[in-house]
Amino acid sequence: MTTMRPLETRAAEAAAPFAAPGAEEGAWRRRHLLDLDDFSVDELDFVMRTTDAMKEVLSREVPRVPALRGTTIVTLFYENSTRTRSSFELAGKVLGADVINVSASGSSVTKGESLVDTVKTLQAVGADVLVMRHNRSGAPYLAARHAHCSVVNAGDGLHAHPTQGLLDLYTMRTSLGDVRGKRVVIVGDVLHSRVARSNMWSLTALGADVTVCGPPTLIPAGLGRDTEGRLPPVRVETDIDRAIEGADVVMTLRMQLERMHGGFVPGAREYSRLYQVNAARLGLAKPGALVLHPGPMNEGVEISHEVAHGLQSHVEEQVQNGVAVRMAVLWLITRGAGAKPARAAARGSL
Amino acid sequence: MSERIIIRGGRVIDPATKLDTIADVLVEDGRISAVGAGLAAEGAREIDARGLVVAPGFIDLHTHLRDPGLEYKEDIESGTRAAARGGFTTVCAMPNTEPAMDNRSIIEYVLREAAARGHVRVLPIGAVSKGRAGKELAELGDLAAAGCVGFSDDGSPVHDATLMRRALEYASAFDLPIIDHCEEKSLTQDAVMHEGWVSTRLGLRAAPAAAEESLVARDIALAEATGAHVHIAHLSTRGAVDAMRRAKARGVRVTAEVTPHHLTLTDEVVAFGALGGDALLYETNAKVNPPLRSREDVDACVAALADGAIDCIATDHAPHAVIEKECEFDDAAFGISGLETAFGLCMRLVHEGRLTLPALIERLTAGPVRALGLDRHVPGIGALAAGAPADIVLLDPDAEYAVEPERFASKGKNTPLGGVTLKGAVAATIAGGRIVHESGVAVG
Repeated sequence: MTTMRPLETRAAEAAAPFAAPGAEEGAWRRRHLLDLDDFSVDELDFVMRTTDAMKEVLSREVPRVPALRGTTIVTLFYENSTRTRSSFELAGKVLGADVINVSASGSSVTKGESLVDTVKTLQAVGADVLVMRHNRSGAPYLAARHAHCSVVNAGDGLHAHPTQGLLDLYTMRTSLGDVRGKRVVIVGDVLHSRVARSNMWSLTALGADVTVCGPPTLIPAGLGRDTEGRLPPVRVETDIDRAIEGADVVMTLRMQLERMHGGFVPGAREYSRLYQVNAARLGLAKPGALVLHPGPMNEGVEISHEVAHGLQSHVEEQVQNGVAVRMAVLWLITRGAGAKPARAAARGSL
Repeated sequence: MSERIIIRGGRVIDPATKLDTIADVLVEDGRISAVGAGLAAEGAREIDARGLVVAPGFIDLHTHLRDPGLEYKEDIESGTRAAARGGFTTVCAMPNTEPAMDNRSIIEYVLREAAARGHVRVLPIGAVSKGRAGKELAELGDLAAAGCVGFSDDGSPVHDATLMRRALEYASAFDLPIIDHCEEKSLTQDAVMHEGWVSTRLGLRAAPAAAEESLVARDIALAEATGAHVHIAHLSTRGAVDAMRRAKARGVRVTAEVTPHHLTLTDEVVAFGALGGDALLYETNAKVNPPLRSREDVDACVAALADGAIDCIATDHAPHAVIEKECEFDDAAFGISGLETAFGLCMRLVHEGRLTLPALIERLTAGPVRALGLDRHVPGIGALAAGAPADIVLLDPDAEYAVEPERFASKGKNTPLGGVTLKGAVAATIAGGRIVHESGVAVG
């Protein structure tokens, strides 16, 4: 029979292996990470500073710390993913957590077990953190409502991809410093992009000047209009040359093949002519402007090969930062001021 | 068995006979025998209605009873019990059952069940097409003879314009309307809510208002061309309201209904719930078709209900099982269990001064009767006149209570109003001279 040590003791012990800002600073009070739509400037800053500490860990000769030893992280993916899943898995392992990968396919309703039941099962098995990707917008919110454990949204439908938003922000800040007043252009299929949605929230919260650009068929309803702060305040521009002129950051979005047959655009040929980020267009941006892409890229469609692999491309850096950002998120979720001794709660009086 | 009942001292509001006065109502043998002051009624069961409003029982033109075939969601007994609780003494049963109500034997089953187990009157709506498949006309003549009061493929629109034209023409031989669920399906593929800033915020696929408006416009054109009667089910957009107004001004035979939720709730309820707040809820209980619309649409519907461009209120009561709502938003069923909250929800309009109480009662009684010509099927329905069926509701317009879905009589607990305080309660319901619901009235 073992007894749980008080959380404070564990947190104090675990805080040792790196120079993360202390949880006692209190800027992080979340049990779940679902989206960036309600993040304050202080919170975003706190995550960035925590990520700095994680970058330092990753630069060590043996990049392993026991900070999350004894913590069980379950990745539950209802959609295929290479980079996000491996990034979370590695982040958990670097911090010494046990990581279990669970794959599911299709809608939970048509496959039998409901999402709520799946979440309760994984929690009963001992999950402290559920990292969840789902093809249905809002699915992590449903999971969080029924879970004692923490839920981290690793991408839900068309809605949000908060850790991608955070790693994009980290990448921008590494090169640009503060993003306030910086011009960020998001080009492509905004309608179907959870990455764009999360980025719009975090970037506008920090005072960046954000323009989204794409054909009108791929711009979501209401964006760019005055909706009394209920959508992020971005500008909408359908002409890529005008959008990109003077930009500090050019973020291209993946153009999925099926959208091109779905009538949103006439086809890849016209799309790439009108909206591809190529060298000539990048020349309109500020000298040295950053090129970002959440991946996977369709080179020759939304981005030219030369730009994708050119000097201004920060795509690989994004992937590297993804691990550090996810370490920061996992650390804060399980050890921050909002964290709750999940397993103790799940086990009741044990 | 029905008995003699005297309802004493209530404020009697009967839009059909233009009555609004303190009076007694005497019920004998299932019918209203007298309305007036100081009625003698020795030996009658007495209901003290002082402080209450006495009105004709409500009539719902749009109720999904789910029976036969989907009894796990609702059946005729539970659905009509929910109706009684909500003050409805007549419900029109929608034909999207399994199998569909597209032939005489199913209609006979529904009427037989209603007679045996129902708590209020059930008037069936027959399917327009065989199996509601939108291909061939169902046997509308036989359905009319069996007692149908209209035809609808509700749940789906009659999408094929030629079929719609033929249905309107053919049904006009029986002087019955086609009730259409107006939705241009090619504009609503995979849509789960209304298109606007809320759908962008939630990342949910959405249907534009134009999907409803284009089919309403088509149906008006076909009604005008054929001279037949089309009734627009659950109208919900400002553009559809404008089209209705213009069509009525031209004398087109078009009528329309609106639901309590489209009169009071906006698409923001999908994001934040009916209690409001900042947290995203993805409230599946607010997933309904047509979807909850924008504030402008809601305001247009209220104005149209007040000025008569929309004829009546209908609930579109759509009960579902818990597991059909406790799931991902995209996978959740469309529909709100609406019978038991209809009056309280609509009373918001009265308390806000946007509709008078007599007008609200009209839109729940004489309005639906007029829209579908129901008095041809049930003489006297929707009125508090001597000789009319004793379908009566007692209302407490100022009673406040929190909605408790788990206590619904309906099997469908799917409402976004759980925990919401409503002001306006149904104190008692009398259907065909029988007290089918009572709460908080002294029955001596």
